[in-house]
Amino acid sequence: MFNRRDFLKVGGAGALVALAPISTSLAAPSARRVAVLVELKGGNDGLNTVVPFSDPAYAKLRPRLALSRDEVLKLDERVGLHPSLSPLMDSWSARELAVVQGVGYDDPNRSHFRSIEIWETATDSDKYADEGWLARALDAHSKGLATPGVSLGDDDVGPLRGDPRALTLRDPQRFLNATKRLMRPTDARSTNSSLTHVLATQRALLDASNSIEQTLDKIPKLEVAFPKTNIGRQLETAARLISGGVPLMAVKVTHGGFDTHANQLGRHAALLGQLADALAAFRLAMIDASRWPDTLVMTYSEFGRRAAQNGSMGTDHGTAAPHLLMGGRVRGGLHGKAPSLTDLAGGDLKHHVDFRDVYANVTRSFWGISKDGLGKRARLDLVKV
Amino acid sequence: MSTGYDRARHLLCRTGFGPTHAEIVRASKLAPRDVVSHLLKHARTSATLAPPSWSSEVPLLLARRAKIKMASGKKEKQRLRKQSNAIAATRGLELKGWWYAEMTRTDSPLTELMTLFWHNHFTSSLKAVKSPVLLYRQNVTLRAHALGNFRTLLRAVVRDPAMIVYLDNRTNRKRKPNENFARELLELFTLGEGHYTEKDIKEAARAFTGWHIDRKTGGFRVNARQHDAGQKTFMGKTGALDGDDVVDTILANPRASEYVTERLWRAFVSPTPDAKAVTRLAKVLRDADYELAPLMAALLTSPEMLDPAQAGSLIKSPVQLIVGTLKLFQIVPESSKVLTAAGRRLGQDLFDPPNVKGWPGGEAWITTDTLLARQHLLSRFFRQPENAPQLAERGWPAMLGDGFKGNPVAALQRLMLPIEPVFGEPGGGGPFASARHFALDPAYQLF
Repeated sequence: MFNRRDFLKVGGAGALVALAPISTSLAAPSARRVAVLVELKGGNDGLNTVVPFSDPAYAKLRPRLALSRDEVLKLDERVGLHPSLSPLMDSWSARELAVVQGVGYDDPNRSHFRSIEIWETATDSDKYADEGWLARALDAHSKGLATPGVSLGDDDVGPLRGDPRALTLRDPQRFLNATKRLMRPTDARSTNSSLTHVLATQRALLDASNSIEQTLDKIPKLEVAFPKTNIGRQLETAARLISGGVPLMAVKVTHGGFDTHANQLGRHAALLGQLADALAAFRLAMIDASRWPDTLVMTYSEFGRRAAQNGSMGTDHGTAAPHLLMGGRVRGGLHGKAPSLTDLAGGDLKHHVDFRDVYANVTRSFWGISKDGLGKRARLDLVKV
Repeated sequence: MSTGYDRARHLLCRTGFGPTHAEIVRASKLAPRDVVSHLLKHARTSATLAPPSWSSEVPLLLARRAKIKMASGKKEKQRLRKQSNAIAATRGLELKGWWYAEMTRTDSPLTELMTLFWHNHFTSSLKAVKSPVLLYRQNVTLRAHALGNFRTLLRAVVRDPAMIVYLDNRTNRKRKPNENFARELLELFTLGEGHYTEKDIKEAARAFTGWHIDRKTGGFRVNARQHDAGQKTFMGKTGALDGDDVVDTILANPRASEYVTERLWRAFVSPTPDAKAVTRLAKVLRDADYELAPLMAALLTSPEMLDPAQAGSLIKSPVQLIVGTLKLFQIVPESSKVLTAAGRRLGQDLFDPPNVKGWPGGEAWITTDTLLARQHLLSRFFRQPENAPQLAERGWPAMLGDGFKGNPVAALQRLMLPIEPVFGEPGGGGPFASARHFALDPAYQLF
């Protein structure tokens, strides 16, 4: 019924005035650096991810959940990774995996939805912002891009919220089919600012669709086999978009199920295993495509969990937790310091690294963005410039 | 002077959902003043539909806590917790569906739009409060005062149990005040940033200490032991102030009337409040001792509102788009879950605003992502004629009435769109195809 063609109707209250079209080169393959944000939804248990196996307080706090010295993948003489994370050990040996310990923020909030909002808007815990931190940071640096970033596993664009170009893209092919039905309005402005906004957005949508369409067809099939899990499929899509050269700066993927209040051991092991398998495949695919030096993976989660186990073989909502960064430009190794298990704040771990310091390291060193809206931040050294 | 078709359509779109041709014709013959006074005079203060079956139960969050505490054994506690979470989730969905149904069927759409306005002003969410009963009760309160008196409404809100839970006033105690509620009361509900000091927040928080909820009934209760009855100084007023004194002191500041008027302007008139007009209208609110109906009458009949250039100057919220389309075309959704899922997908999950600031609205409604979702939803509504059986069976008369003479496509366009379509007229096809064409035009996103 509809075909994509320019159409302009002048008249009425929403009179349209033609403007010179702004040209953007969307099809050009881009060597842009891409951050892949991995949301560990539900609040990942940090203490059983990066395990302080040598601290006697650990086993005391978690008599039935503690992982033993023999099980963990030792990173040094004090801490080790959960055994399910063994697929990540190649990147650890290659010094491409940074483990940042004790990440959190002041006056922690223990509500899932509020705390993830704090992480995604990068505000103080008593401040609210409508825009996500990536939307703010990338604003001036993603001009000319059809979309600064996409969310692959969730209808929420999270840290890209507020950028009208941010897309959710569960399935690129379905997205392309859906946009094919839309017509393209001309580059025109109206005295009606709401209409101008709707039309500009519709054009942006078609630009994004073009940009994805032009590259997606040409992408050679990935040589690497991705696991057939939800997170595996999302990272496979991410790998296709990035290796195909779709101009993007950020990709958000979602790995859910970390709210382990009960019977945590088996479930947590399975979740971390799925994560590690998918990330290991993603790394290989990016190395194959020679995009690994331009790619950075970073995990985040609304909170860690309480230091002590609860009565249901699980853990409740807590505060600080470790986070992982992976990539060709990542400075591998242990960063920060493990939170004390004896100096707790009401049963919760005290953070040593503000999560916004980690973000600022990514914006400033990885992308070279100085005005990122994150304010004055402590300097970390997680990324090689 | 009679309102005329286009202005009547404009007024009814701004005060309701998807007005029909017959409703517009009726209003077009009256003067704008009479259209508005009719709307205000017949505005309901309660819903037409029966409340959800569980609405009079004791709020789950309280009953649950007691029951879980009493339960013996971890397994049993865990089972009970799971069970009550599942009940809350089901009821939450029912509540959302209930409001969609009320908005679609009510004979007083202005009441629902105002209730939605207050829901976005005095925000609370199911996600945070975790009690569908309390959110339902809050909805009843907001509806009861939606077009009543702002002072009465505010006094009800500071006693509203869902609000007390949402903004942590339950933990606002004499020895350890929690400032969350006081801060939002000043910043978001009444004055806006820059019109109070940090000291005012601290003093207001003290005035609301002990304003808690009754564990047995889930109703409001002042816990005298936790209330700080000492002397406070709030915005220049000194005394043993309590919550109502704080409310009255705020409302004595003309800024409060301007703040509320500005918010109403953005929702009902245009994206950019006219400073002079706001000053003029805020005085109407103050002169009526904060009665909202005179303000709304003045706002809706203001020259700025009735200016023909104002047609289509606002972007429909997801709820307006969904409910308006359902109502105008008498589309019967497969289930209310379709609507709640659609609202969420389009960025407006009823009873679950993103945070205490509510939905930013305006241009923020339309992103590449939500625009595609809007178009997708509209094409689903218009996928097959059976979705709109009235239109499919009766054809043009279903939209334009039996006695209609003239060009029906042009009349349908005038009914559906506030401005000229961006993509022109439909290239042939009957009533259903024409309706579909106009619904997918970008101009349909505006009202």
